[in-house]
Amino acid sequence: MKLPIFLDYSATTPVDPRVAKLMCDCLTQEGNFGNPASRSHIYGWQAEEAVENARRQVADLVKADPREIVWTSGATESNNLAIKGVAHFYHKKGKHIITSKIEHKAVLDTCRQLEREGFEVTYLDPTTDGLISAQQVADALREDTILVSLMHVNNEIGVITDIAAIAEVTRANKVLFHVDAAQSTGKIEIDLTAAKVDLMSFSAHKTYGPKGVGALYVSRKPRVRLEAQIHGGGHERGMRSGTLATHQIVGMGAAFAIAQEEMDSDNVRIKRLSERLWNGVKDMEEVYMNGHPTQRVPGNANISFNFVEGESLLMSLRELAVSSGSACTSASLEPSYVLRALGMNDELAHSSIRFSIGRFTTEEDIDQAIELSLNAVNKLRALSPLWDMFKDGIDLDTVQWAAH
Amino acid sequence: MAYSEQVLDHYENPRNVGKMDEQDAHVGTGMVGAPACGDVMRLQIKVNDSGVIEDAKFKTYGCGSAIASSSLVTEWMKGMTLDQAGEIRNSNISEELALPPVKIHCSVLAEDAIKAAIHDYKSKQ
Ligand SMILES: Cc1ncc(COP(=O)(O)O)c(C=O)c1O
Repeated sequence: MKLPIFLDYSATTPVDPRVAKLMCDCLTQEGNFGNPASRSHIYGWQAEEAVENARRQVADLVKADPREIVWTSGATESNNLAIKGVAHFYHKKGKHIITSKIEHKAVLDTCRQLEREGFEVTYLDPTTDGLISAQQVADALREDTILVSLMHVNNEIGVITDIAAIAEVTRANKVLFHVDAAQSTGKIEIDLTAAKVDLMSFSAHKTYGPKGVGALYVSRKPRVRLEAQIHGGGHERGMRSGTLATHQIVGMGAAFAIAQEEMDSDNVRIKRLSERLWNGVKDMEEVYMNGHPTQRVPGNANISFNFVEGESLLMSLRELAVSSGSACTSASLEPSYVLRALGMNDELAHSSIRFSIGRFTTEEDIDQAIELSLNAVNKLRALSPLWDMFKDGIDLDTVQWAAH
Repeated sequence: MAYSEQVLDHYENPRNVGKMDEQDAHVGTGMVGAPACGDVMRLQIKVNDSGVIEDAKFKTYGCGSAIASSSLVTEWMKGMTLDQAGEIRNSNISEELALPPVKIHCSVLAEDAIKAAIHDYKSKQ
């Protein structure tokens, strides 16, 4: 069987072979397998050195101090630690948190949990382009607000939040600002010496590192305090106990070091490929790019093919590994909550496909994706009663549907 | 999700795709579902003077199982009397297509479409 073309880099990325090699060197008896917390022999010292080197590599990519980097199991855990950690430490100051409706579930579900614990959460509405502005944050601040948590780059639509502007608002109001940067490392410049961000979550596997490792940036100046969520041996200055996974951490460090080296050249190539993709499909009728047209990372193209249902589209695109804005897995099919929060109607949300392009995508991959998409959309529109009605000039919003 | 061979067959080669004149007194049209729910089926039957379905056409917006369900029933209905067609049950469809539980609603929608088309035809007579 011919393998499907991988265009789902926003879901995860393959580990860069250069990274995999370094990781393998930290596993076996011949390698650097020691426990980084072992103080009494060279096995521990060597492992510790590798971990601290990786910590520097991660800190360097985002212009932070290595002492501000806490290892975790991924961005999900980083988000949990940041949000719950702040809430539990600062709850006497206030119980209000601000986030948005288009955050990753790792943020939304964490906020829901805090609501059950008695915190109040404001969920900001994005513009139809998917943006959250500093003004919106300023307007939502209250006397008892302790934390604002927003993502840097949205995983579904690729739009970029202006975190520097929002950080000015939060810092001026002495409110902590957490940013989920799982989707932005290696794609856009992050400068934590300039941006007044207090906490930032990272994941290795979105940036050609391994799954199962991430980090949380915890600002030292001004000093941010967190209540630990995982207790034990007091690793990571008490913020996150557990024996450090040397191979995972070395992988994340190496991946972030490569990201720093190659971000510019990667971006040029990826931008060219995503423009090629969009130019290849945009001349069809009723095709829309979702999210802000320019304030976005180049690797993400979330495209709605109106009057075609997403799951049948995916079925026609079996030679492509892409993801859809909806999943028809129950009697009431749920369109993506992100697209819905943009105010998009359900048909358009159901008809969306996220193509995400990355380091190993080729021009041939894109050309094939274009051809397959055009064929699939044309085939399914020929089958679609909605397309017929659209062609007959019927406004679908005026039709009385027999909803079931 | 893995699809059954039967679903794939109808999806790759849908039978009886098309549209008939809704105004024709011999044609019954059933349109069920809603775009917001992710599926809309339009099923049409052409009935001769002896009450036999001579032709059936469909167009469906929806997942592969919804397309396959409607394609399958157009095949079944051709040559049936209205009463016979009215007896097609969603369980017959889901069995034939080996639909998994989460896709049973596609076969329910196809049964509804048959009933709606028959009802439309009868109301024209
Ligand atoms: C924006 C965002 N936050 C958090 C996560 C979760 O990251 P991880 O898989 O490292 O837990 C992801 C990826 O799924 C993501 O895209």
